[in-house]
Amino acid sequence: MKFLSYFRPGDWLTLALGIALTLWLSTHLWSSATPQKAVIRMGGQLFAEAQLEQTQFIRVPGPLGESMVEIQAGRARVASDPSPRQLCVKQGWLAHVGDAALCLPNQLSVELTGATRRFDSLNY
Amino acid sequence: MHITFPADPDDHRIAKLAAVALGLTLLEATLPSPLPGVKPGLANIITLVVLTRFGWRSAAWVTLLRVIAGSLLLGTFLSPTFLLSISGAITSLAALGLAQCLPARLFGPVSLSIFAALAHFSGQLAVVYFWLIPQAGVAYLIPIFAAAALLFGTLNGLAAAMLLARLPDHHPHHAL
Repeated sequence: MKFLSYFRPGDWLTLALGIALTLWLSTHLWSSATPQKAVIRMGGQLFAEAQLEQTQFIRVPGPLGESMVEIQAGRARVASDPSPRQLCVKQGWLAHVGDAALCLPNQLSVELTGATRRFDSLNY
Repeated sequence: MHITFPADPDDHRIAKLAAVALGLTLLEATLPSPLPGVKPGLANIITLVVLTRFGWRSAAWVTLLRVIAGSLLLGTFLSPTFLLSISGAITSLAALGLAQCLPARLFGPVSLSIFAALAHFSGQLAVVYFWLIPQAGVAYLIPIFAAAALLFGTLNGLAAAMLLARLPDHHPHHAL
């Protein structure tokens, strides 16, 4: 391990600080904030904001029929929707801030938000 | 009227060293990269050697000449790639200027290289975020860039330390 002799005492300190910084960055930036609310929109208009605390079902009437949004502690999903291809239903549970399910035929969108918004807006 | 710009030995030395750094830049440009922006930055070995031997001014000259000439040869001059290179170069030179004040007995080329690499990536990221991609998604890549900067910073620092140990001592009229 001859190359170790090229390290000076302070270099180890610098390296340790660098590793600490990298680890801090990865824990800080990669742990996604826990989602607080599910924002349900119909036809682009805010329909409901539900706290992700207790299990509940929210009925959302749309142009094709009624969609059902299921809320549980920390997660939400589109439980049923009349859209022909069922894409938003098959997407399953949303559990991270910024996750969104879109049922375009029925004009429904469900998005999870945290304490702070990471985006100014999302355009679909 | 006849104007001449006499080149003193310092100029010649800076030109030679910048040419070596340029060679490393071109060599590195042929290497595939897993993620845009993640590359070893071998030319920084030259910057570190020049900094230690000839001081910050020469290091700044060699680095900026290398970035500009490199972008001309690679065809990226004034493109976003070039802006990223030059902003990284400027921030890392600033960091080197500060890190130079640390006691050299304790902090060697490895420390200088790590500081420069982290400053380089921070400067680039600032340009990416505030100008090129003003979107929070960039944040997901920060730990990867930081880890790459740390790894390559350490390796380049070791390479510079080895090179400095093998090079003959500085002589005013010697090329290196």
